[in-house]
Amino acid sequence: MPIRTLNHFATISPSSTTTTTEIISEKEPIYIETRETVAPKKAFRPRFSIPFAGSPKTPRTAEIAPPQTRLEPPSQPAFRPPSPQIPTLSLPTINLTSAQGEQSKMEDMSKPLTLFQPPTPAEARRRAKAHAAFGPLGSKQHLYTSQFTGTEFPEPIEDEPPYYFLITTYISYLILIIFGHVRDFFGKRFKAENYKHLRANDGYAPLYSDFDNFYIRRLQLRINDCFRRPVTGVPGRFITLLDRTSDDFNLSFKLTGTTTETLNMSSYNYLGFAQADGECADAAEQSIKKYGISFCSSRADIGTSDLHLDVERQVANFVGKEAASIHSMGFVTNASVFPALVGKGCLLISDQLNHASIRFGARVSGAVIDMFKHNDMSDLERVLRERISQGQPRTHRPWRKILVAVEGLYSMEGTMCNLPGLVALKRRYKFALYVDEAHSIGALGPHGRGVCDYFGIDPKEIDILMGTFTKSFGANGGYICADRAIVDKIRATNAGTIFGEAPTPAVLTQITTSLKIISGDIAPGQGEERLQRLAFNSRYVRLGLKRLGFICYGHDDSPIIPLLLYHPAKIPAFSREMLKRKISVVVVGYPATPLISSRVRLCVSAAHTKDDLDRLLAACDQAGDVLQLKFSSGVAGGQEPPVAIEGALPGQKAEPEEVERSCLEIGGGVPVMPPRWKLADVIKRGVADVKQPLY
Amino acid sequence: MAASLTNNTTYLSHLPTTASLPPSAIHLLDTAIISFNKIPGSAILLRYIRSSYQNDPIRSLVELFLVIFAVRYLLAPAYSTKKVKNVPLTEEEIDELVDDWTPEALTSEQTDFERLEGERRPVIVGPAGPKAKLAGSGRMVVNLASYNHYNFADNPDLKAKAIQTVRTYGVGPCSPPGFYGTQDVHMKSEADIAMHLGMPACIIYAQSFSTISSMLPAFSKRGDVIVADKACNFPIRKGLQISRSTVRWFEHNDMEDLERVLQRVVKEGQGKPLTRRFIVTEGLFECVGDMVDLPKLVELKMRYKFRIILDETWSYGVLGRTGRGVTEQQNVDPMQVDMIVGGLAGALASGGGFCASSKEVVEHQRLSAAAYTYSAALPALLATTASETVALLQERPEYIMNLRENTKAMRGQLDPRSEWIRCTSSPENPVLILVFKDQHIQDRGLTIADQESVLQDCVDESLANGVLVTRLKSMPVPLGVSGKDAAKEWRPRPGLKVCVSSALSKKETEAAGKVVRHAITSVMKGRKWQSGRAGQ
Repeated sequence: MPIRTLNHFATISPSSTTTTTEIISEKEPIYIETRETVAPKKAFRPRFSIPFAGSPKTPRTAEIAPPQTRLEPPSQPAFRPPSPQIPTLSLPTINLTSAQGEQSKMEDMSKPLTLFQPPTPAEARRRAKAHAAFGPLGSKQHLYTSQFTGTEFPEPIEDEPPYYFLITTYISYLILIIFGHVRDFFGKRFKAENYKHLRANDGYAPLYSDFDNFYIRRLQLRINDCFRRPVTGVPGRFITLLDRTSDDFNLSFKLTGTTTETLNMSSYNYLGFAQADGECADAAEQSIKKYGISFCSSRADIGTSDLHLDVERQVANFVGKEAASIHSMGFVTNASVFPALVGKGCLLISDQLNHASIRFGARVSGAVIDMFKHNDMSDLERVLRERISQGQPRTHRPWRKILVAVEGLYSMEGTMCNLPGLVALKRRYKFALYVDEAHSIGALGPHGRGVCDYFGIDPKEIDILMGTFTKSFGANGGYICADRAIVDKIRATNAGTIFGEAPTPAVLTQITTSLKIISGDIAPGQGEERLQRLAFNSRYVRLGLKRLGFICYGHDDSPIIPLLLYHPAKIPAFSREMLKRKISVVVVGYPATPLISSRVRLCVSAAHTKDDLDRLLAACDQAGDVLQLKFSSGVAGGQEPPVAIEGALPGQKAEPEEVERSCLEIGGGVPVMPPRWKLADVIKRGVADVKQPLY
Repeated sequence: MAASLTNNTTYLSHLPTTASLPPSAIHLLDTAIISFNKIPGSAILLRYIRSSYQNDPIRSLVELFLVIFAVRYLLAPAYSTKKVKNVPLTEEEIDELVDDWTPEALTSEQTDFERLEGERRPVIVGPAGPKAKLAGSGRMVVNLASYNHYNFADNPDLKAKAIQTVRTYGVGPCSPPGFYGTQDVHMKSEADIAMHLGMPACIIYAQSFSTISSMLPAFSKRGDVIVADKACNFPIRKGLQISRSTVRWFEHNDMEDLERVLQRVVKEGQGKPLTRRFIVTEGLFECVGDMVDLPKLVELKMRYKFRIILDETWSYGVLGRTGRGVTEQQNVDPMQVDMIVGGLAGALASGGGFCASSKEVVEHQRLSAAAYTYSAALPALLATTASETVALLQERPEYIMNLRENTKAMRGQLDPRSEWIRCTSSPENPVLILVFKDQHIQDRGLTIADQESVLQDCVDESLANGVLVTRLKSMPVPLGVSGKDAAKEWRPRPGLKVCVSSALSKKETEAAGKVVRHAITSVMKGRKWQSGRAGQ
């Protein structure tokens, strides 16, 4: 497999014969590469979208490219792209000649006027590595601000596939289960050796029950190659997988020694801070030099350094609370803080789909636990009314306190919590509100400050804001933010602080540096670009998938996009199809999701360029056709605009859809066409339509 | 089939009501009957109904009722899901109750002791090496408080390797291990640790503290029996609580009591289906410092068919000739211990914890241990550091030998010489836990809280003289638990914690030990605590 050059300005030659199937981008050809090499169907010319009003080459490309990418300001303002900060002459923002494509560059080379110097091989390699972690911004059009607009937070519309698919899904599971039992029946009789660990042996009970193990043994083993794929290097824009094979039907894997570089749609690297160079890595290096590798102690002992205090101060400022307390693991943050907040005589009301760590913490705390339907405010109100009026079970004494725990952004659903609704309920019912921002911090809001920022709600309205550094900040660990008195008490009483190891220097510096970048204290402009790229990318992929006809769950601004697969057999099939096209995705099925709604979870990052996303859309389009995944009925958006595509202006489009949506809400019968756009149209219209309030 | 069909049509047409029905209805009925008859087994059903009917409709009704009852009974859940009957209330009453209800503050006020402790908590600038610089005063003090026994945290070679890792992998892995978070460095560290211990497989968790509390519930479920040492550390207790298993405690390190408990469990289990049974204990006890008697434990385990889960968080990397822990120290084949849990955040100066065991046990945890499955993986630089330090311990035994020497030197300064305290740690343990002698506690009538205050004063006094030590921390009483219940729980005895470092010379260690001893003496002789509680 030839190494794909990541910077087309650096080394791509226009006559390259890389295996491609179709040109789908106005900027750079997208290589949909499959293991089986396909002959190029179509000759192509690389075109660059970097616009220069007076460029003589513009007319050549203008006929194909959509107009909005042409109408950019002639030069970009003083603005630091997050890509490595070495003055690279070939970056479009600096060099005039580079905008004109490879051929013109070659012509200019002979003239003494040129500023362009081809990068040295070492420099090209370094840049390729940097771009593999964080792609350069293609156009300023590819930015958007993540912010809640409107008055009432809409419930995401969940589309349903035709009944045929639901029934066949159940039948598929039935077949798998029957097959599993038949295999077990014969296996236990003829290959008893393989079932030894499930039977009592020499007076020892089996370590796990036959029944519990059935799912793993008979269903998951078949698709084990889609999980726990080993990787190496930075989990940035691309992720390098270690190739592996299995010759015993996925019981064990052997590394082949080769690697595959894939587009990374799997890591929670929302803001693209997983980088091995740039400000964060530089700072981490310095801090290892200065502080060593670890503090080898817990926070309560002597594991507190000035770095910790600094991070706590910064995090509190960023989140908008008085104080913060940090831990070396996000899971433990949740697991240990609940016992410090609630106990016997308290009620903890948790969203049905809350993360395992919240459940762990809730169980340890000893409080009474109740649940409400996912994101359903009326159900929460019902629970609150019932529980407050009835008091504690049996004694009917009033509750000491009630804590409602929700997540900001749900990692399997892509839904956000209805924060305005929760705050309104909180005023009425006087409960304490705990928001787990593990996925939303950094990923949502115009300033990346999470759900409060997104909804424009004062963080003071929420009692406890918890979050992790694992996701958006590319570090590790978690934090608790609250009023100073609460945080001080939690510090003294929570097990994570007393016994858990303190976060390490490199991790702490990664956090401070990324926080400073987001808030613009260092590298001004870079943080903003990251946030806006993430917001654009999230909406772009979601809109594209909806228009192609897929069913996606969740809210529009969520960087987590679950794409529904339904059939169990499509879980591995989709993953393998994507791997063939060199894209790594996370597929999830039962028990992480309900039996029926197996899904693939795409995590968008600011590190992705629009071309990466087009490549993803193209791959999904192909896989969707092969695997029959285009179920959408159109109720969740992605409709064909009523006006012909060519003539439509962005402004005209929004209105009819708005009407349509309101009609749907009151149950009116506007004919809804299942959207099945052509890929080319999706890509052509995507950039403009993403910025519309409704789609 | 045909016979029953004709039977039915004739039967129907004989009924007097059919005559009054329009022909279309009769046709409909006929087709319904025909299609009913096409269902396999319908003939049997009809025959059954007919034979049970016997010209008595009550009989059929009773049978129908029985069938409905049986179906309902089978479908009903085994136990009632609706726990308590609610008091019926009108909407207005509920509104009133909601208005009346005033919750307590989310957290209570800090106690004075907690506030004091928070204010006095030392803040370190720079590495937590054998000599650490304090923030504020900028003083260099001898650090006898971190578990950085070999000063691996500030080792230049290891630091260079860590930087190299950051330059290839970045800092965080941004994914849980199940989804593209398993990096080659994690696999290497797992293999290295497994090989070091002599176990077939190993799994690395992202935090040492969370390892055992989520690994225990992965195996031990409701109905299983766990026999645990009374002095087990806090994460083990949480793991036991989450597992919902039946827990039996035995007196700390008392193998005879353990045997009695095991016998009782086996006796109780007779005649019942076989359940999983575990013995949970620690290698070096976090709260006491002494060592388990592993050969005896293995003998008992074999005799009574229990599995051992051994928490080596404080003994891995410290005990044995190459730091393999209790198994190496006491010459026990590690394969006889079913699961070994350890930490990498202490002496190994890395982060995370591990569980080493057989391949099946390790693979099972990858799917069912909450802290592994639902948490991001360990940062790559910590994984490589763990690999490197494990290699260092094997290649350079002088690290451990130095540590032993210094531990001996430190102990010599404290245990026999000080008249106030005694050391409960085993001689090999580089974490010396010092508790007050019983006589002094009795003489002065010191409660647990008093002892903690005295010890905090000792810590402060010793820090004033340039030696940083710390107290043995214990969890405060959980929220909403009454004092009576809390008194039943085993609580560690308040103590001082002195962590020896091999990076200090013997002389420096002895000097530091002397400072600690004098600090204790001066606090105990000082006016504040002279007459016990009255002195406050």
